[in-house]
Amino acid sequence: MRYLAATTAAEAAAALAAETGLTRVLAGGTDVLVQLRSGLVEPELVVDIKKIPGMREITAEAGGFRIGAAVSGAEIGEHEALCALWPGVTEGVQLIGSTQVQGRCTMTGNLCNASPAGDAVPSLVAANAVARIAGPQGERDCPVAEIPSGPGKTTLKKGEIISSIFLPARPGRASDAYLRFIPRTEMDIAVASAAVSLELDSGGTVKTARIALGAVAPTVIAVDAAAALLVGTRLDDGTLAKMAQACEAVCKPIDDKRGTVAFRTKTAGTLARRAALIAYARAGGSR
Amino acid sequence: MTKIHVSTTINGDAHEFLCAPDETLLDVLRNRLGLTGAKEGCGTGDCGACSVTVNGRLVCSCLVLGAEAEGAEIATIEGMADGDDLHPLQRHFIDGAALQCGVCTPGILVAAKALLEKNPDPTDEELRYWLAGNLCRCTGYDKIIRAVQAAAAEMRGA
Repeated sequence: MRYLAATTAAEAAAALAAETGLTRVLAGGTDVLVQLRSGLVEPELVVDIKKIPGMREITAEAGGFRIGAAVSGAEIGEHEALCALWPGVTEGVQLIGSTQVQGRCTMTGNLCNASPAGDAVPSLVAANAVARIAGPQGERDCPVAEIPSGPGKTTLKKGEIISSIFLPARPGRASDAYLRFIPRTEMDIAVASAAVSLELDSGGTVKTARIALGAVAPTVIAVDAAAALLVGTRLDDGTLAKMAQACEAVCKPIDDKRGTVAFRTKTAGTLARRAALIAYARAGGSR
Repeated sequence: MTKIHVSTTINGDAHEFLCAPDETLLDVLRNRLGLTGAKEGCGTGDCGACSVTVNGRLVCSCLVLGAEAEGAEIATIEGMADGDDLHPLQRHFIDGAALQCGVCTPGILVAAKALLEKNPDPTDEELRYWLAGNLCRCTGYDKIIRAVQAAAAEMRGA
């Protein structure tokens, strides 16, 4: 294995593109080093992206925020303006691992690890976040929802790395929330999860809604049919019940010791309902 | 494998070492530098026994490559006492018998110190969440929580 601390995104992309063997991108390392130790992967080249300018920065941009690919969970949690604008995204990131893992883990790494249960991903999908990708052919932008393609798999091409994730501006009466179910209080992986992002009008009626579910399909999934049911309502109980049903209808979870298909499906709907209420209250709505 | 030359600062002292590209910071500390305070429990970032700080940030040294230490400031349990004068956390762990086998203790001390630097007066709940990534299979945690709170009170001058 060779270790390269790249100093530009172009250098990282070129090195990853030129390597014929297995490669890994190293940001926080909380997944990559576990893979190395387990012996499941034996990469020829590991490219550390933390020395590339901008990778460790959160910058205000067009009313939103651009978060470098190597910004840690702890750094995201300490950024008050970002947490105020996108509380659902930041609370999801901060649920990853322990204090020690938070010191290293990154939102982009959670996305690229491509676990259907990644805690950072549903809120990013609900937020319509956009990944900026650097590759051998230059830069391109891609909606976060299109990055994961299956468990452990992404749509990134050889030599491509995500350099940052952009969270857009949002109007005053807008907010988001993320909830997951785990059988304990800390240090666990979601059995099912849900993120909801809402924009309200001045009267407290939902103008736009996005819902994403985690751990109930091969990738995190946006549930547009469920979100559409919320638009034009003030989240009355009947609407929420229909929304939860619409969420359940698209769940195709695995069945394992951590949760049966029926349990994960019902939980996803319940979490979506509860997350919608939290996002609604955060956005200043009252039912 | 070609070894990598790394210059770093550990507990305020300049250090240089050679390490393999896939060697963890924990293995470098223990096997190359003789700093055996950080322990390997799980090796996968779950147990916290290898906790150190890198540039002031609490991390598991088993999840950091030695090569990543280039130019960094690392603090380990070995730098916690001032000569023969134990840190208040260390003293209260002894006084309160907050350890049995002791394997988790260096990691818990390093983690607790990092919390008290950020929050000198944590609630028990904040402390338990902060230490959720430090596993102890002996004590049942209560004595650990009490010892950290006693040290925190002393450090606040209460």
